[in-house]
Amino acid sequence: MADISVTEHHHSDHAPTHHVTPLWQYLLVFFALAVGTVLTVVASRFDLGMWNTPIALFIATVKATLVILFFMHVIHSTRLTWVVVIGSFLWLGVLFVLTFADYLTRSWSLY
Amino acid sequence: MSSLTLHDVRITGAEGSRNYINDEYGALSWLLTKDHKRIAILYLISITIMFLLGGSFAVIMRVELLTPEGDLLTSDTYNKMFTLHGIVMIFFFLIPVIPAILGNFILPIQLGAKDFAFPKINLLSWYLYIFAAAVGLYVIITGGVDTGWTFYTPFSTQYSNTHVIGVTFAGFIAGFSSILTGLNFIVTIHRMRAPGLTWYRLPLFVWALYATSVVMLLATPVLAITLVMLMFERFTGIGIFNPAIGGDPVLYQHMFWFYSHPAVYIMILPAMGVASEVVAAFTRKKIFGYRFVAFSSLGIAFLGFLVWAHHLFVAGISVYSALIFAFLSFFVAVPSAIKVFNWTATLYKASVSWATPMLYILGFIGLFTIGGVTGLFLAALGLDIHVHDTYFVVAHFHYVMVGGTVMAYLAGIHYWWPKITGRMYNEFWARLAALLVFVGFNLTFFPQFILGYLGMPRRYHAYAPEFQVLNVMSTAGASILAVGYALPLIYLGFSLRFGRKAGVNPWGAVGLEWTTSSPPPKHNFEETPVVTWDAYDYPAMMKAVGETQNV
Ligand SMILES: [Cu+2]
Repeated sequence: MADISVTEHHHSDHAPTHHVTPLWQYLLVFFALAVGTVLTVVASRFDLGMWNTPIALFIATVKATLVILFFMHVIHSTRLTWVVVIGSFLWLGVLFVLTFADYLTRSWSLY
Repeated sequence: MSSLTLHDVRITGAEGSRNYINDEYGALSWLLTKDHKRIAILYLISITIMFLLGGSFAVIMRVELLTPEGDLLTSDTYNKMFTLHGIVMIFFFLIPVIPAILGNFILPIQLGAKDFAFPKINLLSWYLYIFAAAVGLYVIITGGVDTGWTFYTPFSTQYSNTHVIGVTFAGFIAGFSSILTGLNFIVTIHRMRAPGLTWYRLPLFVWALYATSVVMLLATPVLAITLVMLMFERFTGIGIFNPAIGGDPVLYQHMFWFYSHPAVYIMILPAMGVASEVVAAFTRKKIFGYRFVAFSSLGIAFLGFLVWAHHLFVAGISVYSALIFAFLSFFVAVPSAIKVFNWTATLYKASVSWATPMLYILGFIGLFTIGGVTGLFLAALGLDIHVHDTYFVVAHFHYVMVGGTVMAYLAGIHYWWPKITGRMYNEFWARLAALLVFVGFNLTFFPQFILGYLGMPRRYHAYAPEFQVLNVMSTAGASILAVGYALPLIYLGFSLRFGRKAGVNPWGAVGLEWTTSSPPPKHNFEETPVVTWDAYDYPAMMKAVGETQNV
């Protein structure tokens, strides 16, 4: 990021406030991620029927959220960054929803 | 030289002084430059080379199609020709052409900025482009590829014995080049605008590039991951898309077109931005309905993501989702039509100048409209089944891509050529070339609408004898088009040495790029401009000119 050649007048009014995250917070998140991994492995040992995939996906989603919020510093970022992050996931949602709109309606009868 | 100093912006640098071209010398000063203007020149040279390469594949195909028999090429070679034509033209020409050449050069100047937010990343994106092009050239030299530019599975992952991995890898790398360009544009437009340059004062070219960049950022990663999965399946034989080993070929098509339909808007949105600039400059008017034109760019970018499965109507998707996708596809016509109507309204009762850029844009408006309306034919479920995979489709997207994007690019390069090089080209030859391109283009592609409607399938090197007359017309048109494209290379090259000096503002246009010297100095402006006026403030300028003449 060293090569941002911001014009003079833009120095102060947009500069993001730099938040310094304490080390214990990183360690806590790391610990939570490790627990999540263990949970995923444990869950895979039990046959939960139709819940197998949803539970694995739920744990993965929680872990991904932690990474995005803390390791990627989104939690301390500007509103615009939040818009970008949420927007990206909405777009992924578009890909999923409209693709499944095909797969899930193929078996419907025509008339 | 005419140098209208409207808006009290101080003109930088007297003519003959230092500018971005003569500031430094030597190959390294170009290859390691962080100046957006020099990077634009690097792109100009490399993309032009790729255009000539892609065009030569087209010429070979058109010569083959002069006769119904497959006499010049074997069917295998013909497959490689249309594949390489598509890959080179789409990934290495149409996607980068306007953003990477014109956008790179003009965008920071239109914002009143010294450069992009990330000049080094800008250079990196050019190197990624060159690396991808080098891999592509290696594939071409060592035997080519025959899958079609869409790389449909399972042919691409199992049956094709050509260089599929090499060329998809090239596409993967080229994708990162365009992601970085989009990222740079977005951050720059948000953060680097001159004081006073609010969003609604931005030129419409900037709005168009912003919308384009959003599409680049959101769509291209999906292409990247799709191509990685393709390479993975071909390499390991683990089934993702190939039904014989447990995969799903329609899933490939869903993911591929999730990128590749929006990619159409990566190609056409910047062209629409150029059209707005040129229409305003050569009618001396504010663009009618500025906000509608600005937001229709974002509207197209958004709706463009919701229509991809119109490429899958005969691929076995559910009829219900096909209905939805057909309906959504019609919707994209609305913001596109808003633009066309607003340009037309701007032209209404204007004193239109027939300068070369305007000739190209008048061609653009007409040809894009034909391309867009025939797109509605194809979005209609029933009709699409009739004309699917025929020359009707080929004609349709060439009207959008060549009649639209290439025409607008030529308009833009002529419009900004005096700014980029400091020299004027020969207006007579330029107008002649514009005429040849228009006539040649229509003669090449209009017969293909008829051929397709009559049922001639695309991607065959031989055809039924009754199609020959229309094919001969098409090939004749292609040779006129080739002359039309060759001419600018000659007279623009000529102008570098013999063209008369352009001066600050040869067109009498408004816009920050016309307030700095031609070619611009290294940092674009001597002092950062302060903007207190709307985009296309031609009424004020006309008034100012009237006042000076009365003195
Ligand atoms: Cu499409």
